[in-house]
Amino acid sequence: MSAASPSSAIDEMGGAIFPHRHLLGIAGLHPHEITFLLDEAEQWIALNRGKAKHDDRLAGLTQINAFFENSTRTLLSFEIAGKRLGMDVVNMAVAQSSVKKGETLIDTAITLNAMRPDVIVIRHESSGAVHLIADKVDCPVLNAGDGRHEHPTQALLDALTIRRRKGRIAGLTVAICGDVLHSRVARSNILALGTLGADVRVVGPPTLLPAEIERMGVTAFTDFDAGLEGADVVMMLRLQRERMAGGFVPSPREYHALYGLTPERLQRAAPDALVMHPGPMNRGVEISSSVADDLNRSAIPEQVEMGVALRMACLDVLTRRRRGVAGW
Amino acid sequence: MSDLAILNGRFVDGSAGGLLIRDGHIAAVGTFDVPEGVETIDARGKLIAPALIDVGAFAIDPAACLAGGITRVLLMPDQAQPLDSVALIQRMVVAGKPDIWIHPLAAATQGLAGTDLAEIGLMARGGAAGVATGRGWIGDSGVMHRLLGYAGALGLVTISHAEDGGLAADAVATQGETATRMGLSAAPAEAEAMAIARDLALVEISGAPLHFRQVTTAKGLALVRAAKARGLPVTCGITPAHLLLSDTAVSDFRTFARLSPPLRSEDDRKACLAALAEGTIDILCSAHDPRGPDAKRLPFADAEPGMSGAGTLLTLGLGLVRDGTIGLARLFDLVSGAPARRFGLPGGALEIGGEADVIIVDEGAPWQIQSDRMAAIAGNTPFDGLPVQGKVVRVVKGGVLL
Repeated sequence: MSAASPSSAIDEMGGAIFPHRHLLGIAGLHPHEITFLLDEAEQWIALNRGKAKHDDRLAGLTQINAFFENSTRTLLSFEIAGKRLGMDVVNMAVAQSSVKKGETLIDTAITLNAMRPDVIVIRHESSGAVHLIADKVDCPVLNAGDGRHEHPTQALLDALTIRRRKGRIAGLTVAICGDVLHSRVARSNILALGTLGADVRVVGPPTLLPAEIERMGVTAFTDFDAGLEGADVVMMLRLQRERMAGGFVPSPREYHALYGLTPERLQRAAPDALVMHPGPMNRGVEISSSVADDLNRSAIPEQVEMGVALRMACLDVLTRRRRGVAGW
Repeated sequence: MSDLAILNGRFVDGSAGGLLIRDGHIAAVGTFDVPEGVETIDARGKLIAPALIDVGAFAIDPAACLAGGITRVLLMPDQAQPLDSVALIQRMVVAGKPDIWIHPLAAATQGLAGTDLAEIGLMARGGAAGVATGRGWIGDSGVMHRLLGYAGALGLVTISHAEDGGLAADAVATQGETATRMGLSAAPAEAEAMAIARDLALVEISGAPLHFRQVTTAKGLALVRAAKARGLPVTCGITPAHLLLSDTAVSDFRTFARLSPPLRSEDDRKACLAALAEGTIDILCSAHDPRGPDAKRLPFADAEPGMSGAGTLLTLGLGLVRDGTIGLARLFDLVSGAPARRFGLPGGALEIGGEADVIIVDEGAPWQIQSDRMAAIAGNTPFDGLPVQGKVVRVVKGGVLL
């Protein structure tokens, strides 16, 4: 079944260009649907760079950001995106919610739904949790990251960043490096970039590469230098602190020595290789500061900028049907 | 106790005939003169078979058992209070009566913690039908070694759960493409073979009888096959789920398909079917573990494992007969004969003098498995919506028509 929407919703919800009720994942999206979202985001980049960063087309709608897992940047990005489109944006952080008091996820979903939101953005630490909620609510649901499963808007904003910097995605060699095992960003990017025709590699220590990852259409490398060879895009992943202490890698120091992106290492990649990181970075662990801060190579701040525009596009597209936009 | 004659039926070997039941026991099989005044049932050509004996269920669920033709249940020690004392065993022995007989399995270790031996001997005297490690594997090889020797000396079969604890620690799925795509923590299928290899090495030392409740991988089955060839006193079981479903069944995060051990690859599933056909697998069980929404309406990894299986064990088994995987007589050996022999229980066969635990089955009756309409404590079945054939129409327990 499609992770992008329950199959029953296809052709029922949304327009013909993007016939999905929710955005739960990249899995199940066609290349033209991904391209459509990227194209839609372009107008918001221009708006966001202007003086009056505001558009009222979603005025009167309510957006709930339900983040069951801590987040600063993604939450902020979704909040700004909703507000710039004129929505009333409410954040529900777990620390303040009754989830801490033992309320079940389903009960929380039903409660949120009863407040009649027009779109719900959800992040949760369990794979599949966002699907569970999406089945119980009446409005579009945007997955802002579920466990190790998917983080579709991150992959879309990464694709947008690459497309703007490189002019294309098809035919590029993209190396996704680091903790692929625990990374929803890696999974969504593998699906999105692969769907758009990139040659995707995953690079990391064997303890952090999931089994049969090749079945997702990627080439796996455990040798960092070999994996970087000739890459057009080097996408670094964050390594969680708790996984550096012997469980998966012996120490931050050893990880940096073997899998840290340094200027010397980067020379293996294509001369104009783009460096990306979904943030927040562990400087000196998976990436050295001199690479992260190199304006000619690093697209890291640009990723954040594209994130707001891309999320505005997603919020706009997913609410078109309920706003009665012609053709939706 | 009144006498009963079941007439005009068929037996699992294809022959026609009936059954005369007296004082709770089988008095005649095949053709016989019906004594005067005996209550008779016309089976109308349907199947007359021994009632099922379910090896290793987690709940006492008479409705589900009777719907599935099960009259005897070997109850796992994993209850709210682990069955690690004789008082608890004695309570369970009477808990299902009069409809079903519960044969509790003694917890191998105190509190099922896997460290200190429980009072296995006293529990056996109190009615425990065997010893079980519970939902988990005993990680400490020394404990398992002592357990096998001790239980074996008491004449008890030990039932082990074959999943290496280290590999399977946080896993909710089998390592492979599906788990990788879904972002689920997973253990390699070899976790099973590793556990089996160690347990078999310990059986080799003590000679104590061991039953693996579920063996679900090609490598695990190969080890059991080889051990049997060497003459070790080892048997193994499986559920219909691991014969009929592979791990792709969890690919929409369906928690009803979250099982322990987890569903395996398609290659392993096929190996299980082959092992069933060739006889490496001895027992087909339900692993009945009814779980309500509190345990199942959760994100996949947070949900409890387990399925409601008692009501569907026989009908899914009859599907294996229709597929040609096994014959009808073999099916009833898997669900009734072998369990009775292995654990020394009454029933399991239609033999003169044996206990009259009998079912009448309409093999062709079509129905649909529906999780919200199951006769069970909960309907958490991975087979929701599946059209099946085969219904139990009558159950006779100890000569009493239920």
